[in-house]
Amino acid sequence: MDELRDLYQQMIIDHSQHPHNFCTIEHPSNSKEGYNPLCGDKLTLYINEKNGLITDASFQGSGCAISTASASLMTDAIKNKTVQEVLELFDEFQKLITTGKTEHAEKLGKLTVLAGVSEFPMRVKCATLAWHTLKAALAKDPHAISTE
Amino acid sequence: MDNKLRAEFPLLQNKINGKPLVYLDNAATTQKPRSVITALENFYIHDNANIHRGIYKLAERATLAYEKTRKDIAKFINAKKEQEIIFVRGTTEAINLVAASYGHKNFSVDDEIIISTMEHHSNIVPWQLIGEKTGAKLQVIKINEAGELDLAHYETLLNKHTKMVAITHVSNTLGTINPIKKIITMAHAHNVPVLIDGAQAAAHLPIDVQDLDCDFYTFSAHKSYGPTGVGILYGKEKLLDAMPPYQGGGHMIKRVTFAKTEYADLPQKFEAGTQNIADVIGFSSAIDFINSIGINTIIQHETELLKYATATLTKRNGLKIIGTAREKTGIISFVLDTAHSHDIATILDTEGIAVRAGHHCTMPLMDFYGVPGTTRVSFGLYNTKEEIDALALALEKVQKIFTRG
Repeated sequence: MDELRDLYQQMIIDHSQHPHNFCTIEHPSNSKEGYNPLCGDKLTLYINEKNGLITDASFQGSGCAISTASASLMTDAIKNKTVQEVLELFDEFQKLITTGKTEHAEKLGKLTVLAGVSEFPMRVKCATLAWHTLKAALAKDPHAISTE
Repeated sequence: MDNKLRAEFPLLQNKINGKPLVYLDNAATTQKPRSVITALENFYIHDNANIHRGIYKLAERATLAYEKTRKDIAKFINAKKEQEIIFVRGTTEAINLVAASYGHKNFSVDDEIIISTMEHHSNIVPWQLIGEKTGAKLQVIKINEAGELDLAHYETLLNKHTKMVAITHVSNTLGTINPIKKIITMAHAHNVPVLIDGAQAAAHLPIDVQDLDCDFYTFSAHKSYGPTGVGILYGKEKLLDAMPPYQGGGHMIKRVTFAKTEYADLPQKFEAGTQNIADVIGFSSAIDFINSIGINTIIQHETELLKYATATLTKRNGLKIIGTAREKTGIISFVLDTAHSHDIATILDTEGIAVRAGHHCTMPLMDFYGVPGTTRVSFGLYNTKEEIDALALALEKVQKIFTRG
C-alpha cells in the first residue's frame, strides 16, 4: 500500500527510533508540556530563546512514531531561526500535512517527509502535537497544551 | 456461529481499503443486526409520537413499544419489578445519576467511595465530581499483575466511612471478569450499597441482579448490538424511591406549582423530558436478538475466540499481552516492543482491521502497567478464527515496517 509506505518512510522510522534532541535543557527560557488526551501521547518541549532567536530546542516524552519523529524533526528545524520564521514554518507545515502539498519545500526541508500524514486525517494531531506545544511555549501560555 | 448470523449485520459486508472489514472493536461499540435497524426505521415510518401524553392511536403505540422495552430489560437482567429500570443515555449517564442523586443525599466529609484500579474514567470521574461537592474521597482497590482485583486489600478498605462500592463487572481494557457476587456480599456485610458497571458484560455474560443482590447495575445498548444513545440504570426500588430526581422537567412530575413540585413515581421520576423513544424501542430488538442466539452460545463462541487469539498472539515475538486474568471475556490488550499502538492501528486499518489503540479511558490502569497505551482487540458474536488469522498476518506487516533498515 503506497499511502502506508509514504507515511512510514525510513527517515520517519529512524527519527522515531533514534530521535534527535531527545534530552532536557537545564535552564530553558521556555518549556511546555504537550498532551494528546485522545491517545495519551505526551511530550515536554524545552526552548532557549534570546532576543527573538531560538538558540536551542529539545524534547522528552512518549508517543507514536509520527509524533516522536515530528518532534525530532521540528527541534532540528527550528534551531537558529527567529520566532517569526518558526511561526511561519508552522503554518507551512500545517498546510503540508493537511493537504499533502507545499509551495515552500525548500523552506520546510526535511519536514516534507511528513507529507504522507495528509492521507491519514486521524493522525494529523500526532504530527502537530510538538508544533502546538512549541507555539504555546513561545507564547508562554501557562496552561498545558492539548490537541483536543 | 455460522455465516447466516454474520449476514444479519449489514455493516460487516463492507470493504475497508478494498479489503473485507475485520471488526475487532466490539468493546467500543458493536455493529447492529438488521432487526435493530429495521425497528428504528419502522418506528419512524409507522409509530412515531411522543409517549405517555397523546390521547391518540400513534401515541398509544409508541408508549406501548417504549414500555415493552422496560419489561424486556427487566426480564433480561431478572429485575423484580420493571419500575426498577430507568432509561438513560448510557452507562456514563447512569453512573452520573447515582453519584449526583444518591451521593448528594448520602455522602459527606470523611465518607469514602471504593472503586478499583481498572475502572473506566466513567466510573471514576462522576465520583470525584460528587466528592468535590460533599467531601467524600475515593479509595482504590489494588490489582495484581494479571489484572485481578486484590480482594484482601478490598476487605481492608471497607469500614464505617464507606458509603458506596462502584466496580466494573468486566474490565474494558483487560477483559477481566470480576467476582462481583463476592464483592457485593462483602460490601453488604458493612451495609454498603454496590453499583456494578455492566457496560462490557451485558452482551457477553448472563446477568441476574436478584441473584447478585446488587443495588445498582448499568449498561448501554450500543455495546450490546443496540442503538447508541440509550442505556439503563437498574436500582433497587427502595433505594431509587429514596433518591432525589437527577434532572427536573416535564414528565417527571405529579403536580407543579410555583411553590412546590411533587415528583412522579418510579421510573418516571428519573426520566425528565422527552426520552430517546426510537432507540429505546430498538434496544428491545437487540435484547431479542441476544436472546434468540442464547447467552450460553455466545459465551462458548467468544471463549473459543479468546483462547485461539491468546494462543496466536502469544506466539508472536515482541508481543506482550496486558491482562492475563483467569476469568476473561473476549478482550485482549497488547503491546509490541517495536511499535506504538497508534502506528499499529493505522497499519492494521490499511488491512481492513479495526482495533482500538490508546488508553481506553483507563489512564490509571495504564499508569499501573507503566505503558502509554495498548492495542486492544475485542470480540463479538460474529467474529471468526479467520479474522484472528488476518490479524496475526497484519501484525507481521507491522513488525516488518518497524524492523526494516
